Amino acid sequence: MGFRNDLELISSWIKPNSKVLDLGCGDGYLLKMLAEKKNIKGLGVDNDINKIKLALKKNVNVLQLDLDTGLETFNTQSFDYVVLAQSLQVVKNPDKLIKEMLNIGEEIIVSFPNMGHWRPRLQLFFKGMMPVTDALPFKWFSTPNIHLCTISDFVGFCEEHNLRISQRVIVNKNQKSSLLIKLFPNLFGEVATFRLR
Amino acid sequence: MSLNLKTSVLKVDQPLELKSGKVLKRYELAYETYGVLNNSRDNAVLICHALSGNQHAAGKYKDDDKPGWWDNMIGSGKPIDTDHLFVVSLNNLGGCHGSTGPKSINPETKKIYGSDFPIVTVEDWVNSQSKLMESLGIAKWKFVIGGSLGGMQAFQWTLQFPDKVEKCIIIAAAPKLTAQNIAFNEVARQAIMKDPNWHNGHYLEKNVIPNQGLALARMLGHITYLSDDSMKEKFGRDLQKQKLNFNFDVEFQIESYLRYQGEKFGNSFDANTYLLMTKSLDYFDPIKDFGDDLNTRLSKTCSKYLIISFTSDWRFPPSRSKEIMKLLIHNNKNVSYSEIDSSGGHDAFLMENEDYFEIMRNFISGDNNGV
Repeated sequence: MGFRNDLELISSWIKPNSKVLDLGCGDGYLLKMLAEKKNIKGLGVDNDINKIKLALKKNVNVLQLDLDTGLETFNTQSFDYVVLAQSLQVVKNPDKLIKEMLNIGEEIIVSFPNMGHWRPRLQLFFKGMMPVTDALPFKWFSTPNIHLCTISDFVGFCEEHNLRISQRVIVNKNQKSSLLIKLFPNLFGEVATFRLR
Repeated sequence: MSLNLKTSVLKVDQPLELKSGKVLKRYELAYETYGVLNNSRDNAVLICHALSGNQHAAGKYKDDDKPGWWDNMIGSGKPIDTDHLFVVSLNNLGGCHGSTGPKSINPETKKIYGSDFPIVTVEDWVNSQSKLMESLGIAKWKFVIGGSLGGMQAFQWTLQFPDKVEKCIIIAAAPKLTAQNIAFNEVARQAIMKDPNWHNGHYLEKNVIPNQGLALARMLGHITYLSDDSMKEKFGRDLQKQKLNFNFDVEFQIESYLRYQGEKFGNSFDANTYLLMTKSLDYFDPIKDFGDDLNTRLSKTCSKYLIISFTSDWRFPPSRSKEIMKLLIHNNKNVSYSEIDSSGGHDAFLMENEDYFEIMRNFISGDNNGV
């Protein structure tokens, strides 16, 4: 799964028998795992029909909807958790989406690739070109990632919007932490996962 | 494996109380089955047909080249796989393909019912279909599946018999008709009732049929089943004879196509059945009918739903399917939704489409491999 190891972490945060909405659920991997391990009631959202097909095959409930058209389908506080794993950077209005997620779920979990990591920083600094890394493998003209941010950007956003961060885990691409990551998360962290209320 | 097509007629002697208050003392339901009912009797699928459909959904009759109306979907190795599933497809009550309807003899008057046949609703259909279910010894449908009006029936099944449907597939449907939908139906009805051969619906006694009116109704309906793009693709502005004739004969291909479709339908379908089917569409409104009871019913239903819409369908566009989806989500049901990219319009639900078929196949077989 490579970078999708963040799903294991997210899964560890979710209480058994809860209701989970997974935005950008892909093939339904997380929900399937949670249903089997924690008996959760899950619902996925994705706009790629090929992902919908795979999720249906896994017996995961899934809706083919576009996150950019909003979450008006869902009622206020109708889920225990709303998850947005590695999809924050692809939506048109991340700020609006996060606010809607907080309205729907008691707790929200957001993970994203960190643009502040030294590798993209060096690429931009020395090459003078938009970074292309394992985590962000696309060229500037064809990338679906239109709202990339750094960990500092995201923390700033949370402060500005009075969002309470109850936990955050910052790791490298192998889902491991290190002393350097602990000391300089925005420089050495590759994937950040936040729990917000 | 072979399709194992079997045709039968169920005779029901128990009276059926209709929503209108009228009672059908006895009735017959013509149906077909495909595949084999397993020993535990838990692999049965009910197919609900649309406005002008019938029980012949799959396979071919002897000496007939034309397969059933959903032959691409139902059969050995197809999404509704008859190697594993036992499929039941019937002609709705009020139909004109073998089930009791306006063409049948009214046992009380010994005359053809004609327009005296009571108007039946989707609710009545589901009640009559439950008798067929009983007679086949099926306690629970594995799937109830339908497109358009058939999708509405499938939805109604889960509300009316919340514990008798395991999974429900609702395709290209809506929770109720809009004023525009009803308007189209009304023009179709007027076309039929203005035909000089209408005779207040008792045309068969006079040995005539209002085929001109029915043809017009079908032409109008047909336009709403296609999309602008699919018409452009299929016909464009192509002419029958390379040049304009400056008269009112058939000139454009689309005119010829509509006239052909209308004529064919006008001579083969029953006008009273058509009127009746459009009325049951107009009346369908389970959210209003069940009122406060709707949420209780939905809370009881254990069905798992798949809802499918098509991008170019303007009769029941994706937004209408989403209304059903939202209702189910708000009631905490197991629901999946897919919007298929297609230029086929409303009729896309009858056409072969890789995405559509894979979505169907995966939902049907996804749960427990081999069903």
